[in-house]
Amino acid sequence: MSSIALRVQNISKKYRIGTVRHDTLRDQIAHIASSSFQRTRNSKVPSSEIWALKDVSFDVHHGEIVGIIGRNGAGKSTLLKILSRITVPTSGRVEIFGKVGSLLEVGTGFHPELTGRENIYLNGAILGMSRDEINRKFNEMVAFSEIEKFLDTPVKRYSSGMYVRLAFAVAAHLEPEILLVDEVLAVGDLTFQKKCLGKMGEVSREGRTVIFVSHNMTSIEHLCNKTIVLNNGKISYFGKTSDSVQYYLQKITELSTRTNLKDREDRKGDGKLKFTKISVYDKQGNELKNVVSGQDIFVRIYYSASEEIINSEVHVSFVIKDRHYTLSNVNSIDSGFSELPIYKKGFFECRWEKFNLAAGLYYCSLYCSINGIVADWVDSAFTINVEDGDFYNSGKHIGKQGKVLISHSWASHKSSF
Amino acid sequence: MDTTKSTSLTHPTTVIEPQHGWNRFGLKEMWGYRELLYFLVWRDLKVRYKQSFLGAAWIIIQPLVTMFVFTLFFNRLLGVGSGSDLPYPIVTYAALLPWTYFANSLSRCSTSLVANKNLIAKIYFPRLLIPVSGVLPGLVDFAISFVLLLVMMVVFRIPPTIEIIFLPFALLLALITALGVGLWLSALHVQYHDVQYIAPFLIQIWMYATPIIYPISAIPIKWRWLYSLNPMVGVVQYFRRVLLGDPTFGGLNWISVLITILIFATGLLFFYRMQRTFADVI
Repeated sequence: MSSIALRVQNISKKYRIGTVRHDTLRDQIAHIASSSFQRTRNSKVPSSEIWALKDVSFDVHHGEIVGIIGRNGAGKSTLLKILSRITVPTSGRVEIFGKVGSLLEVGTGFHPELTGRENIYLNGAILGMSRDEINRKFNEMVAFSEIEKFLDTPVKRYSSGMYVRLAFAVAAHLEPEILLVDEVLAVGDLTFQKKCLGKMGEVSREGRTVIFVSHNMTSIEHLCNKTIVLNNGKISYFGKTSDSVQYYLQKITELSTRTNLKDREDRKGDGKLKFTKISVYDKQGNELKNVVSGQDIFVRIYYSASEEIINSEVHVSFVIKDRHYTLSNVNSIDSGFSELPIYKKGFFECRWEKFNLAAGLYYCSLYCSINGIVADWVDSAFTINVEDGDFYNSGKHIGKQGKVLISHSWASHKSSF
Repeated sequence: MDTTKSTSLTHPTTVIEPQHGWNRFGLKEMWGYRELLYFLVWRDLKVRYKQSFLGAAWIIIQPLVTMFVFTLFFNRLLGVGSGSDLPYPIVTYAALLPWTYFANSLSRCSTSLVANKNLIAKIYFPRLLIPVSGVLPGLVDFAISFVLLLVMMVVFRIPPTIEIIFLPFALLLALITALGVGLWLSALHVQYHDVQYIAPFLIQIWMYATPIIYPISAIPIKWRWLYSLNPMVGVVQYFRRVLLGDPTFGGLNWISVLITILIFATGLLFFYRMQRTFADVI
């Protein structure tokens, strides 16, 4: 067994919600006058303290790649922020043996007015590389990013794909002994994602230590030897990745069946709109517990909103995943229904004719953004249990062959060669 | 190869613990991040005049036009004097030189943390680099405006004296004053967005409380000590003294210097006290 790279001992982090984020001096001036040094937040609201992390302890050895999974608000990002020293823990202690590099976002500090070349240097320096190091790796980074031709163009003229590629090219060449990575691979196109995952795999083979946060079970299973499952700021499982993923998915299923959607606290967004309930109905309007392959269904996503909103771009979606893959992102933008009005109380209705997923259990997250700002996002908000059915109207059930069913027909013709 | 080295480590390279009270200053760590400081300043200089027609010419237009306007309205029309035998325009320009540096640096510095909030929320580095990087780009502007002063001294036939060797010290005084106030304002800005409204207003008022338009002789001697509590009084007068070499501007104003040091020291302490919450609040 190799030596310890990271020793986390009883880390806790308390946040006060309802902090004076955008507060003004007016309310605070008297307060400040009396105790200007002590008050960093409004201490008069002791009621709303939350523990983002509570008594988290674990060890990571050199050369290990450890995944961290958990629902929204489970404390994944907070943990990573503490390990990368962006924020300090309320109590506990972390010992780190080696040089740390963190990648919580790709392209941190990119300046739109600067050229690709200039941003490589700036971003490299921000990520902790020295100028010599950047000089040395410059050509490699440019080749990796595939944007040679636009090296001297300001990045504000880049497409978002080019931007991400350049940003990741810099990040991928970071060579710390311990690398902390947040969900940064979620951006960019699929082929580039693969390339990045490949690069990370290389990193692991070189014996470096990586801590990797992700929602993507495939990349977690692909990359990590061990995985931590965080739940409500505590480690609920830490073991072999396959066991951890299994454990996590099981918990999610339990949660989405047991807890009402409106009471879920593991959500993100500004709360302008909040999902309250989701129901699936058949054509006749009967609520369904299980869906049968081939059935015509509609999904009603109930919500409450803080105000009526019209003429805004509404992106509502549910992403369907099985254990490993995202099967579909069913959303109002791609299908051209982005101008949905929002009522104070209402529901979005999504019709789905001839349900074409094969028998199995599917996890769906719900997401809504209004004019590009996330209003509500609940990961694994509900599960759909699909029963085997007569999808092809052939009088037979189909069994378990693949996940997606495709309406089709067959014919046979004679040809001359 | 790096890993073999690190496997043999028995003492942690980094220990993360809750920090109560005053944080360690970590000057050694700052030194390790000097290249980042360089790049932050470099970014600022690169970006500043992009997509502007006159570009870097703005550096001298600002103090030069101000000097003309002051000369026309205050000197010619209102009859305000220079307080010495030297002509009003050059005496005013010698004051505008540190003042422009101070005002621009302070306004950049006070909003610097919030302007770089994506860095603070996503990357670790000594937070002090950000406000420090706010007061450095102005030195380039200062150097350019200073060359213009030399040109004007030739035109007005004012030979520089040996005292000009104290210019770096005078500039350091201006820098520390801007940084000291900037540390206070930038740290407050993270919590209170009022600062973005206060800073320009403060700078405007501050200029009237500093002997730029008018000579210090306009202030009755018995009130000079009170007037000197404004640290920029000392800075501006000292600049006039070392640049123009005229003893009528007096020597170093120790009251102002003390206030500068006080503001800087408390600003530093306040900043260190507040910085651990920056990432959570910003």
